[in-house]
Amino acid sequence: MEDHDNLKATELTLGLPGTDAIEKPTTAAPNVNKRSKEEEEEEECCGFTGSSGRPAAKAQVVGWPPVRSYRMNSFRERKMEKKEEDTTGIYVKVSMDGAPYLRKVDLGVYNSYEDLTDALEAMFKGFSLGKRIIQRQAHDLHESEHAITYEDKDGDWMLVGDVPWEMFVSSCKRLRIMKGCEARGLTSSP
Amino acid sequence: MTYFPEEVVEHIFDFVGSHRDRNTVSTVCKAWYQVERLSRRTVFVGNCYAIGPERVMARFPGINSLSVKGKPHFADFNLVPYDWGGFALPWIVAAARLCPGLEELRLKRMVVTDDGLELLARSFPNFKSLVLISCEGFSTDGLAAIATYCRGLRELDLQENEVEDHGCQWLSFFPDSCTSLVSLNFGCLKGEVNGGALERLVARCPNLRSLKLSPAVSVESLNKILARASHLVDLGTGSFAVDHRTDVYHTLMNSFPKFKSLRNLSGFWDASPCCLRAVYPVCTSLTVLNLSYAPAIQGDDLIKIICLCFKLQKLWVLDSIGDKGLAVVASTCKELQELRVFPCDIYGAGTTSVTEEGLLAVSSGCPKLNSLLYFCYQMTNAALITVAKNCPHFTRFRLCILDPGKPDPVTNQPLDEGFGAIVRSCKNIRRLSLSGRLTDQVFLYIGMYAERLEMLSIAFAGDSDKGMIYVLNGCKNLRKLEIRDCPFGDIALLKNVAKYETMRSLWMSSCDVTLGGCKALAAKMPRLNVEIINENEETYEFEENLSDRHKLEKIYVYRTVAGPRNDAPDFVWTL
Repeated sequence: MEDHDNLKATELTLGLPGTDAIEKPTTAAPNVNKRSKEEEEEEECCGFTGSSGRPAAKAQVVGWPPVRSYRMNSFRERKMEKKEEDTTGIYVKVSMDGAPYLRKVDLGVYNSYEDLTDALEAMFKGFSLGKRIIQRQAHDLHESEHAITYEDKDGDWMLVGDVPWEMFVSSCKRLRIMKGCEARGLTSSP
Repeated sequence: MTYFPEEVVEHIFDFVGSHRDRNTVSTVCKAWYQVERLSRRTVFVGNCYAIGPERVMARFPGINSLSVKGKPHFADFNLVPYDWGGFALPWIVAAARLCPGLEELRLKRMVVTDDGLELLARSFPNFKSLVLISCEGFSTDGLAAIATYCRGLRELDLQENEVEDHGCQWLSFFPDSCTSLVSLNFGCLKGEVNGGALERLVARCPNLRSLKLSPAVSVESLNKILARASHLVDLGTGSFAVDHRTDVYHTLMNSFPKFKSLRNLSGFWDASPCCLRAVYPVCTSLTVLNLSYAPAIQGDDLIKIICLCFKLQKLWVLDSIGDKGLAVVASTCKELQELRVFPCDIYGAGTTSVTEEGLLAVSSGCPKLNSLLYFCYQMTNAALITVAKNCPHFTRFRLCILDPGKPDPVTNQPLDEGFGAIVRSCKNIRRLSLSGRLTDQVFLYIGMYAERLEMLSIAFAGDSDKGMIYVLNGCKNLRKLEIRDCPFGDIALLKNVAKYETMRSLWMSSCDVTLGGCKALAAKMPRLNVEIINENEETYEFEENLSDRHKLEKIYVYRTVAGPRNDAPDFVWTL
């Protein structure tokens, strides 16, 4: 690094503002130029594969890279807006029989019934006594304490798990974790 | 030809379409000049300060279409100060007085005001088409005036303008009687859009073929619009932010297959990868696809779309496509003519991007490729030489290596040989942008081989005045030369002064030209405007005291018959 510093005094640049010397190149001694370029490149390659990327100075050259300011601005603006938009989700209330208060979950963050069930179990762990809180499959109903049900767009209470996940997410208005005995009345199988 | 009556000559001239041919024809003799000028319907003014509007309209009283360009190209990259000039109003005022039959106006890089738009709207009863590209200075109020007063408007095309948002009501100003719209593009508007007004407008314009929505248009609105506009050829989707698990998305999915005529797709501002599936059904007929404003779509998802687009002629993407994605382009898009790859991550955090591999793949897979804009992190001479061999038909070749002055990473050589191969092989090249480490040698090649070259953009290149001199002495068709951050000084500037009268303009910034050099140029060439743009407030008040050796930050030299302009701001001196 020391050598690099010394070289800087004689180093040729192509006048990048924002880097150290704003000297215009005069007569080029090709060797010196090449050497400094190589060193710059090494730094740059490391910067590349690393996390922080290129030296900050390069980003400050006015009008470089030659991308229309319209395009640059629209990316910057969308980036900022996106940060705000990411906070919206598909939040539904979850009640559990016997629990003193309700919770809310964002259905958008789950990809399957499994994920949702795991999350709900974790959420309501404190309120249950049995080993298996929530039924996973229809036949579990006799073994588990509770079943998950949901209110759909038409206002009907349905047992969770019958329809494809996506369809469920788009029609679910709220969730209710019912006691097993009550839930038995809702099973789809006769 | 002097034996032919004028009507016959005029009829023959009807077949002479291009501006250049008509300009040439008009110089043959006085008779032809007269016939030509009276029968000219379209005029293109490449530099609004090269000639005054009144003079244009006095010469061509019958024009119904006018196209004018204002600021220098480097204004796109913030190199030209905000109020440099390029005002549209004088042109609109003159046309209102002298060419009331005007039907089309196309302005690029000009300052347009709401007053100007209102005057435009009220002055031309046959007005049909307004195209504004990279303009600024107006608001949605001006658009409201256009909507209100332009009966029979067919086209309103706003591309990449800076428009001040004064509310969303401008769309409602299109009267119920307006049913003539063929093309509506307001993609650059940032504010809210009145969805209902838009939907009703689309519903009552049966000839609408091109519709480009702004990011503010929601997918719900898009659904309603698409239901009414199944004959669209060209669609900009607006935000396209939709959760693929919703009903809205399912409606969207069911709409796209109905678009039998759709050829041109863009927008997708906030699209996420999953919802792109909705457009798969139309991909096989697309000829133009612009995903360059969709940063959320990464390489693999891009590939899924592109491998369906085998009729594609024009593709604009972000460099997140990667070399792998470009290989898919190469193997799928055999009709490809134009490719633009933009940098996704401008501030350089080293995410996926493209290298010479991607370009090589496309050049070998797409034999019809003739236009390229390519931002990449590196390029090699070997690759460029191969590209030149594979694609001798390039007319536009713009390569931007993001790191200024970067040499060939394999050999550490400058890229002179690579670009040299391009100009040698591509005999029809008209536009060229250079980057990377370059010596005077590349300019020697350009001067020698690039006979059809019209526009050359140079940055961080060259070793000495010789470089610029090679170009000015060669390139006999050169029209625009723009240079930044190169070691070219007065010797180069003054070597071939007559050349500048054959060109539209010369831009030089952060080079070595001095005040003395520019004074000499201005003295020798009275029909050039030599403008010095001096943003350094300390010096411009003392212009008389500045030494001739003072280096100038920015100069803009252009031929003109209008003399020094009278609307120049304080920081612009015309010598």
